[in-house]
Amino acid sequence: MAEITLQVNGAQRSVSADTRTSLLDLLREHLDLTGTKKGCDHGQCGACTVLIDGRRANSCLALAVAWDGAEITTVEGLGDGAEPHPLQTAFMDFDAFQCGYCTPGQLCSAAGMLAEGGPSAVTADLTGDPPLTAEEIRERMNGNLCRCGAYVNIVAAIEDVSR
Amino acid sequence: MRPFSYSRATDARDALERFQPGTMYLGGGTNLVDLMRLGVARPDSLVDVTRLPYDTVEAAGDGLRIGAAVRNSDLAMHPVVRERYPMLARAVLSGASGQVRNMATVAGNLLQRTRCPYFQDISHPCNKRRPASGCPAIDGDHSGLAVFGHSEHCVATHPSDMAVALAALDARVHVTGPAGDRVVPMPGLHRLPDGEPERDTVLAAGELITAVELPPPPAGASHYRKVRERASFAFALVSVAAVLDVADGVVRDCRLALGGVAHAPWRAELAEAELRGAPATQEDFSRAAEAELSRARPLPRNAYKVPLARNLIVRTLQELVP
Ligand SMILES: Cc1cc2nc3c(=O)[nH]c(=O)nc-3n(C[C@H](O)[C@H](O)[C@H](O)COP(=O)(O)OP(=O)(O)OC[C@H]3O[C@@H](n4cnc5c(N)ncnc54)[C@H](O)[C@@H]3O)c2cc1C
Ligand code: SF4
Ligand code: FES
Ligand code: FES
Repeated sequence: MAEITLQVNGAQRSVSADTRTSLLDLLREHLDLTGTKKGCDHGQCGACTVLIDGRRANSCLALAVAWDGAEITTVEGLGDGAEPHPLQTAFMDFDAFQCGYCTPGQLCSAAGMLAEGGPSAVTADLTGDPPLTAEEIRERMNGNLCRCGAYVNIVAAIEDVSR
Repeated sequence: MRPFSYSRATDARDALERFQPGTMYLGGGTNLVDLMRLGVARPDSLVDVTRLPYDTVEAAGDGLRIGAAVRNSDLAMHPVVRERYPMLARAVLSGASGQVRNMATVAGNLLQRTRCPYFQDISHPCNKRRPASGCPAIDGDHSGLAVFGHSEHCVATHPSDMAVALAALDARVHVTGPAGDRVVPMPGLHRLPDGEPERDTVLAAGELITAVELPPPPAGASHYRKVRERASFAFALVSVAAVLDVADGVVRDCRLALGGVAHAPWRAELAEAELRGAPATQEDFSRAAEAELSRARPLPRNAYKVPLARNLIVRTLQELVP
């Protein structure tokens, strides 16, 4: 067992958990924050994406104990029905989901991605800060799969927020 | 997953002292946690080495010293890496996803394990996972596996993109361990399987990677190109890291390393030897690629990698001609 203290969506939370607990399971099972989803549990789908110290990460591959002391933002912390995050509004405006299972991960990943800047694997000149074209957004969002295939509208929603 | 204890090391000495039989060092966990969940890795204790003071990229003479705990995304975003070692930045950016790169460390990337499907599935035998249990890949699905340097005991490939660029850049891996400090040149960190596929690298138990040192960048233009089954977020079927220095239509110098084709990043020395001093034409590039691929030993289901590697080498070199 380990004592784990995290700053989750602005509030300090202390939990006693087995060292094997992933950050994803800690959020869902111990803190009842079920917005963050489990798809593959292997880092391959992005449904579990949260922001750790402001950077997007796969919470399924993060051992909670290894991030003791970190600041976590989940989809619940991005915004809510009363005060949605601009990405949440854009996802609704652009119909950027069908079943919605991948959506919390898409939103957290997009929020982290928009804060990153710099080049991606499809950028021609690596020294610059390229404009976020649809091609750039697709590459940068490669870690988030959508089984419903809502990609076209997901990219459009993110492009809208990035402008 | 088996129970384990967890502790954070504060410096290299502390990490070495905490290392016992059954201990594994923990980087970002993006490979190790996955393998623990699959039952492939079964450590008794994890020593977290991400808080060691190895999280910076610094000038070292005319080269660069990259701390072992630098996250993959920070390496690729570093202005000096982007400016002077664009091939390395591109190799790192071509790997995994933004999320994984934010977590993954430089040392962990080098020491990630093969993606051979049998290695990752404990219901199968596998010489790498359980020595002398057999290699089902040789008669089974080896479509993604090695065409160079494999043995009758293992045909796995090393999956890292970053390691391929580092092999072409003559990087030096700084290691500390129970027997003291040493420097391991790239290529040379990863070994060929021979009769001991359970050993991916030349590192001994408890040895800790502290940094990767880059010599000054080689003259010429460079590129990293990766072919995979989908446009993004997949491991390489074949990749190439290439540096080409041409003057008056003649190749002055070149570096060529291949990924996805062997148990280690594959430095294409035969091709390099053919190229030095040769005219920088498509015919000469083809001849050099053929020279390298003459030592390939493809298996029935991965023979496609030979023409793929040849075409990839030729096309990438052509793009680098000024
Ligand atoms: C879905 C997915 C897709 C991926 N796609 C790609 C890809 O396309 N290309 C690619 O190159 N990679 C890819 N990866 C692999 C990824 O790059 C690696 O998982 C990552 O680089 C490992 O780094 P880490 O810090 O998380 O290592 P960990 O998982 O923490 O550790 C890996 C190994 O390194 C050891 N270790 C860690 N630090 C040290 C140290 N300082 N000294 C000694 N030993 C140490 C650990 O004991 C362990 O054995 C992918 C991963 C995932 C999950
Ligand atoms: S190729 Fe290597 S890793 Fe794959 S099953 Fe054979 S021994 Fe195991
Ligand atoms: S659940 Fe974490 S990436 Fe799929
Ligand atoms: S909306 Fe259903 S998986 Fe993306």
